[in-house]
Amino acid sequence: MTALTRHRLFWPVAMLAALLLSNLLRGPGFFAIRIQDGHLYGSLIDILANAAPIMIISLGMTLVIATGGIDLSVGSLVAISGALACLHISRQPDQNAMVVVVTAIAIAIGVSVVLGLWNGVLVAGAGIQPIIATLILMVAGRGVAQLITGGQIINVTSTPYKVIGSGFIATLPFAFVLVAAIYALASVIIRRSALGMLVEAVGGNPEASRLVGIRSKTLLIGVYVVSGLCAGVAGLIVSSDVLSADGNNAGLWFELDAILAVVIGGTALTGGRFSLAGTLIGALVIQTLTTTIYSMQVTPQTILVYKAVVVLMVCLLQSPTFRAKVFRRWRGPGGGPPPAPTGAPISPAPQPADRSEVAARTATVSKEQAA
Amino acid sequence: MTQPQTVVEMTGITKQFPGVKALSGVDLRLRAGEIHALMGENGAGKSTLIKVLTGVHPADAGQVLLAGEPVQIRGPLQAQQAGISTVYQEVNLCPNLSVAENIFIGREPRAFGRIRWKEMRRRAAELLGRLQLDLDVSAPLASYSLAIQQIVAIVRAVSVSAKVLILDEPTSSLDRGEVEQLFGVMRRLRADGVAVVFVTHFLEQVYEVCDRITILRNGSLVGEYEVAQLTRLDLVARMIGKELQVLEALEEQPRSERAVVERQEPFVRTESVGRKGSIAPFSLDIYPGEVVGLAGLLGSGRTEAARLIFGADRADAGRVLIGGRPVSLRTPRAAIARDVAFSPENRKTEGLVADLTVGENMVLALQAARGWARPLPARRRDEVVEKYIKALNIRPADPQALVRNLSGGNQQKVLLARWLITQPKLLILDEPTRGIDVGAKAEIQKLVVALAEDGMAVLFISAELEEVLRLSHKVAVLRDRHLVGEFTNDERLTAERIMETIASGAPA
Repeated sequence: MTALTRHRLFWPVAMLAALLLSNLLRGPGFFAIRIQDGHLYGSLIDILANAAPIMIISLGMTLVIATGGIDLSVGSLVAISGALACLHISRQPDQNAMVVVVTAIAIAIGVSVVLGLWNGVLVAGAGIQPIIATLILMVAGRGVAQLITGGQIINVTSTPYKVIGSGFIATLPFAFVLVAAIYALASVIIRRSALGMLVEAVGGNPEASRLVGIRSKTLLIGVYVVSGLCAGVAGLIVSSDVLSADGNNAGLWFELDAILAVVIGGTALTGGRFSLAGTLIGALVIQTLTTTIYSMQVTPQTILVYKAVVVLMVCLLQSPTFRAKVFRRWRGPGGGPPPAPTGAPISPAPQPADRSEVAARTATVSKEQAA
Repeated sequence: MTQPQTVVEMTGITKQFPGVKALSGVDLRLRAGEIHALMGENGAGKSTLIKVLTGVHPADAGQVLLAGEPVQIRGPLQAQQAGISTVYQEVNLCPNLSVAENIFIGREPRAFGRIRWKEMRRRAAELLGRLQLDLDVSAPLASYSLAIQQIVAIVRAVSVSAKVLILDEPTSSLDRGEVEQLFGVMRRLRADGVAVVFVTHFLEQVYEVCDRITILRNGSLVGEYEVAQLTRLDLVARMIGKELQVLEALEEQPRSERAVVERQEPFVRTESVGRKGSIAPFSLDIYPGEVVGLAGLLGSGRTEAARLIFGADRADAGRVLIGGRPVSLRTPRAAIARDVAFSPENRKTEGLVADLTVGENMVLALQAARGWARPLPARRRDEVVEKYIKALNIRPADPQALVRNLSGGNQQKVLLARWLITQPKLLILDEPTRGIDVGAKAEIQKLVVALAEDGMAVLFISAELEEVLRLSHKVAVLRDRHLVGEFTNDERLTAERIMETIASGAPA
């Protein structure tokens, strides 16, 4: 049992399960999935589809945070990417032409990558603190998006473009399939190559990484480019879903949701160890929460308060300090985890993953010794 | 005098960490007015015992009596209030604050809610004055050397009215004069009736200042002894058990038996390489198969010289030749590409990535050289990691263990393994044996000899002259950031002669 609770993904998954189950209180309708026109429909499917943009952004954000950085500009990039794509499509005589849509996507993604590169160069090249460097684009990016849309909401009617955000593929929402594909690709690249280890080394100890000859700058620029790319893809999904680009509101506060998703997923803001799977679950927690609150007919004005309360609970549950204090008495003497490190953690969820891994690894050691 | 009063009595202390029994049934008795050495190899449980006493870790079993009364110490703050102060191995002060602020942080003299800065500076200067230290107490701590920072930490601990003062390897970064200064303070505290716990790896220092010794091994108590009744050999034997022969063999290995280096072409030659404010231009040749020792006091430029050869800092004068060809060492990466390896002095901040596993830390340099896109095949990685864990006797022998959980000696071995895996032609070792136990130290020294015999060039930096003399073919002496002498290590070279050079600045 303790081995289970110490798994690095235990608390995020438990939280997600609890949130989903809480919907049972209002009847089983929440879990109903039906097939209509060969597509799956239901609240759960909605959650998967609606979570797609945050999930994709969070994947990029995970890498940035693992290096000890942060990317605040992703929300603005969502707006810019969507605005560029919609602007291009809206100017073409035939919006349904495949070549038009592909060009629009290429423009949006290309610019997102360049803006990610800009962030990376500011951080790694100019040595500006990540929170400041990306704050620049977070603020300026909204303005750029407004310039692109001319302050208007650009509407498009392109059917192929609509597929990205609200289409279906093999009964599943296209956006979710896209997430799954990106996650699979990222996992393979990161864990099959040495990228994951090098990112964790740079995030864990930048000076030591320099002294072993890791090209930290290239690596840093790389993760910001990936983050920009992810934000660009998310921008396409968002604008395609509503078939319009709103420079002002598209992607608003996405950066905060993404950071939360990463933290809920067990990656510490101080950098080092990261978990892409944890991040996806974190993003699902946030989306489930949003959906749940909406379906409880809470007024939009107060929704953020509810969200904050639940996020606080998740973070508390993940904090080893908090867990040690609250759960100690339930476990009996000697059964509890060692006390939390005395150094004040910066992130609200300090190294839960590490602790559980230590426990798991040392447990195997002791078994071997006993044998 | 009557029987001296026992201030602290710990009995049957047991502490279990997940999977590791750190302490089992350990006793420790401290008397008022004594200097008590706590000895043991790395991983013997010294640090854990201290952390139990200071309330950082609660004990699983056992009792702590403070002046005869059973107490439950729940945290460092409570320990401090009970009169138990600690100075840890790593200085844990705030380098950006002033000396005075560091001494009084958290208990600043106040009047009407505001801090009385003048009073604070006066009292700080007074406390330091008792140590014959004349510092600008309003200067930031970071502007002073590590040694001074250590002393400030001690002053801070002492000024919190300590009945028990625990010094966890306070001397590992001090030079001889500063050690004397510290010993003066310790003796004064002893005369004042303080129980001083002294954790160190330097045997000589134990015999210099200590009254009694408690020895731990593998988390168990070996015994408690009067210093006067325990010979050095007995002490070492009790600390490390059967590995003693290894050390003795090495100690007694005559220098003349070292392989003679064939000097054809130096692997590295520096021609007036220097960097302003760091090290004056110096010229040094290191031949394949040669161990070159860098001797000098703390801050004499030993590390700085090494960093230039490794490209960790950029030289602004002179040129470096590797294999006879001038090279531009703008980054460590450039040096690594030319088969130079550098194991830094400060393992934690410059060497290891604490969050990564032993295995990951070991392959990091090789992987960095290959680039991220060409990962080391899993099977080969496991092979090299296994091989070096075995070869260097790293414990626990678990590639998946987090490196932060290893003892200092084993962490050092992980660093060594990291560079040996890259098969360098020049290995720069900056204080590889500092703060590690006698057994591991002997192993590392043996390794250096073996590597040089296989043709590797080694630049060996150490504050211990005996160690430098034992291992080196050639000794370069640094003083005040200048290379002042270079000696071939033969029978005529003695520690005294090197010390004279360090003192006078001219080869004797």
